[in-house]
Amino acid sequence: MTKPTGRLHRWLDSWPVYRQLTGPDRTGRGAAAQSPRSRQLHARTSAAEPPARSVCPYCAVGCAQLVYTKDGRVTQIEGDPASPISRGRLCPKGSASLQLVTGPQREQRVRYRAPYATEWSDLPLDTAMDMIADRMLDARRRGWQDTDADGSVLRRTMGIAGLGGATTDNEENYLFKKLWTAMGAVQIENQARI
Amino acid sequence: MGSNMAECHPVGFQWVMEAKQRGARVIHVDPRFTRTSAHADQYVRIRAGTDIAFLGGVINHILGNDLDFREYVQAYTNAAFLVREEFADTEDLDGLFSGYEPGRARYDSSSWGYEGAGHHPTRPMESGMGGPPIDMPARIAEDPTLQHPRCVFQILKRHFSRYTPEMVERICGVPQDRFLEVCRAWTANSGRDRTAALVYSVGWTQHTVGAQNIRAGAIVQLLLGNVGRPGGGVYALRGHANIQGSTDIPTLFDLLPGYLPMPDADRHPDLAAYLDAMRARGQKGYWQGADAYLISLLKEWFGDAATPENDFGYGWLPRINGDHGTYRTTMDMIDGRVFGYLVMGQNPAVGSANGRLQRLGLANLDWLVVRDLTMLETATFWKDAPEIETGEIVPEQCRTEVFFLPAASHVEKAGTFTQTQRMLQWREKAVDPVGDQRSDAWFFHQLHCRIRDRLTDSTDPRDEPLQRLAWDYRLEGSGAHEEPDPDDVLRHINGLDLTTGRTVDGAAQLRADGTTACGCWQYCGVYAHEQNQAAHRKPHDEQGPYDPAWGWTWPGNRRVLYNRASADPDGRPWSERKKLLWWDPAAGRWTGYDVPDFPATTPPGHVPPEGARGPEALRGDDPFIMQGDGKGWLFAPQGLCDGPLPTHYEPHESPMRNPLYGQQSNPTRRVYPRPENPYNPSPPEAHGEVFPFVLTAARLTEHHTAGAMSRQLPHLSELQPELFVEVSPELARMRGLTHLGVAHVVTSRSAVEARVYVTDRMAPLRLDGRVVHQVWLPYHWGPTGLVTGDVVNDLLGVVADPNVLIQESKVATCDIRRGPRPHGAQPTGRLDSLRARAGGPAVAGTTSGTAVPREMP
Repeated sequence: MTKPTGRLHRWLDSWPVYRQLTGPDRTGRGAAAQSPRSRQLHARTSAAEPPARSVCPYCAVGCAQLVYTKDGRVTQIEGDPASPISRGRLCPKGSASLQLVTGPQREQRVRYRAPYATEWSDLPLDTAMDMIADRMLDARRRGWQDTDADGSVLRRTMGIAGLGGATTDNEENYLFKKLWTAMGAVQIENQARI
Repeated sequence: MGSNMAECHPVGFQWVMEAKQRGARVIHVDPRFTRTSAHADQYVRIRAGTDIAFLGGVINHILGNDLDFREYVQAYTNAAFLVREEFADTEDLDGLFSGYEPGRARYDSSSWGYEGAGHHPTRPMESGMGGPPIDMPARIAEDPTLQHPRCVFQILKRHFSRYTPEMVERICGVPQDRFLEVCRAWTANSGRDRTAALVYSVGWTQHTVGAQNIRAGAIVQLLLGNVGRPGGGVYALRGHANIQGSTDIPTLFDLLPGYLPMPDADRHPDLAAYLDAMRARGQKGYWQGADAYLISLLKEWFGDAATPENDFGYGWLPRINGDHGTYRTTMDMIDGRVFGYLVMGQNPAVGSANGRLQRLGLANLDWLVVRDLTMLETATFWKDAPEIETGEIVPEQCRTEVFFLPAASHVEKAGTFTQTQRMLQWREKAVDPVGDQRSDAWFFHQLHCRIRDRLTDSTDPRDEPLQRLAWDYRLEGSGAHEEPDPDDVLRHINGLDLTTGRTVDGAAQLRADGTTACGCWQYCGVYAHEQNQAAHRKPHDEQGPYDPAWGWTWPGNRRVLYNRASADPDGRPWSERKKLLWWDPAAGRWTGYDVPDFPATTPPGHVPPEGARGPEALRGDDPFIMQGDGKGWLFAPQGLCDGPLPTHYEPHESPMRNPLYGQQSNPTRRVYPRPENPYNPSPPEAHGEVFPFVLTAARLTEHHTAGAMSRQLPHLSELQPELFVEVSPELARMRGLTHLGVAHVVTSRSAVEARVYVTDRMAPLRLDGRVVHQVWLPYHWGPTGLVTGDVVNDLLGVVADPNVLIQESKVATCDIRRGPRPHGAQPTGRLDSLRARAGGPAVAGTTSGTAVPREMP
């Protein structure tokens, strides 16, 4: 069949089914199915800054993520095809990371519940940190044990306890353990035991 | 086994599917037919909590039919070593090993030792990950023919001789032909040319026999030569992004970084005593370097203040003396002994066993700090806990002061996660957090600054370690955002040579004289050559099958642990097909596709000189370089609190009497009987029929553990909107339950309401002349979020494995009834009457006629 030219060609070529039958997109899932509007659309990642190379925060498989940003905001999170672990794939949770990071459920301000209160109230972060430091030292002092009943050295406090989740970074866990131990606090636990 | 990999680690499961396409046979053993079972070649239904009986049956099949990989077993395991004459097995003592101390519910392990070698007793939480050391391993008596009645091989044979296919059927409910099919597939796919991999998850760990479940799997893999070889191994699939890292750099009470033990009040009064307990005369392998590891850690913590004169600051460390685990601490909160609690990225009000116990603990604190991305039940218990409805918590009377601090997410900070195969991967920071959102590193840094300022003028000796703490990390950000640069923290974790100021390249460079500083010896090398190795991102299509230039895997970027065992004793690969590492005689070193997990220049036939210790004491055929004797342990002469061999014990709550022994359950399990933590009765106690069914719980792909990272997200909430309970059609008929109707599951702790899902994914088991029904629920819901539901963990009591104090949350007993659960103040009254029928509160489960465990002092 001789390929039609000119106006006839443009008219025929506006039919997706014609393009599917005569062009390279035989399954009709790409160029053959495009409209003038969809031809203008671009992935939001194409206008983004070079992505940050990250890792999924859910299970421990360690799927690599590419985090796309524009103007200081996260616009998309996708699997990184370069990863030998995940080869670009993410599961439903990993694919929902964008909602995890940018969703309205994210708290942005300190919330404070005074003793016996029935509602939250506001508190500046700096004030909260001062109050927490004061309370840590006070509870540490009240729970202090120098020795056990047999006179063996304990030099520890049982007044404070810490429990961490397993999405805390190694570097953060390290600082946690280091500071806690220097305070004499031994009650430090993690999801790893649970 | 003990894993629903397709559901819980879906992207990792692509490799199983790929292996299956290439001809691998996939077997799934689980109480419930899951998404993993659907892809398996063979699915085997098992009663929850009977894995050791099943694996013991596999071991008996291997030994009874001479199917072990004999050359591997002879050369690389402790099969030939003789055990002391005093040792008595569970076969001799009706379910107990020698050395049981009934009053204390623990073992004196001295009779379990090797003949000829010194023995250090095993006590819980006192020895770190390495276990007590072995004195003079060179003197261990052995019989290389494996015939001596007291050699490990023969002991193993006798110990498992009654784990027959008939017994497996009676205990596990697995028909004998189905069981033998697994045995045949496992053994046929192991040996010189083939290897088999074993995958488990918390379906194995969350039991009163958790550590022994894994030991049983490891014994099978050692007998079949499936350790240290490509395609072999025992894979612990861990459930959270950095749960492996949280164990390596432990935020755990009993460990220091790198699996060193926390100092114990009785056993480790000073540095010399601590190091003596870690290192023994003639001990082989890399734990001999414990002095360099610990002293380098103290140098990183206390800097110039750590000197040889003051034992490098060892005296400033706090001491443990027993169980300070999370459940013990929660009970101490209820008893008013803990005043303040810091919870980060964790939701114990939903995620820990016996949620009510957790919430009652939270309600009796002076103050609570919660750091998380979103509001969650642990922070809001004072206004929306189920105990508000029952009147047990009254907001106006609850004094707990609560601080909720919003946290930065994984894209708002840089740092490393260690994934399930020990690989550290560096994350780049994409954006700054907003508002009051901050990283955990910021929190600890700011807290440290404030504490240091408040203690500047203190003369109290207890404040010295805080005053002397080395905290001079490079800072980034300014003012209210100032925090340590995680890249610099990682560099200090890797370790520095203090004489040059440069990073060390591996743990072998650490010294015990105070001239090196290192935050975690095991991570030594992650910043080798002053370069963040965890940030390497060479695409997989540009490198070989072991992808060494993507991330960094401890130890030393080795991808297969104990890979010396991938070659035969002479250093040649066991087969061309399973080639990984081999000895290159011309170059005089080990070479291959992976980094050698062995001294690189120690030849295969090497025999160490008399008096050698540490790595120098390893023979050329000692692949297990962290073991004091260099061998894979079929029999564990020390290191475990509940016996040198896995033994089938019934779960703490079970509908069955143990068919194998008079001893019903693990005689050393940790029980915590108290009014807030009642147990359901089990045989031989009376009243077991009040809770006749087996209860087990697990995850869904679409939610994440206690739900704080998923119940708030629209897509995931829409995919799994509601709590449901899966029951078999037979159980549904028995209890009058209808598909999509409402039912409630009951234990002596709580009642939980759920939508009924009648499915043949669940099926009754026929065993020992009776029918046992199992009930399954996912556990992600709570009162907060876009989708809400009852807290499934409220159903569970707290009872724990004695080695690691992990709770038995994968199996309990329950009843299920149609209709909604009682609401309002009723549940407590209704449960009280059930508890009365079950023999009275806080008594059941601790008065069995067999050995009675008691709470740890």
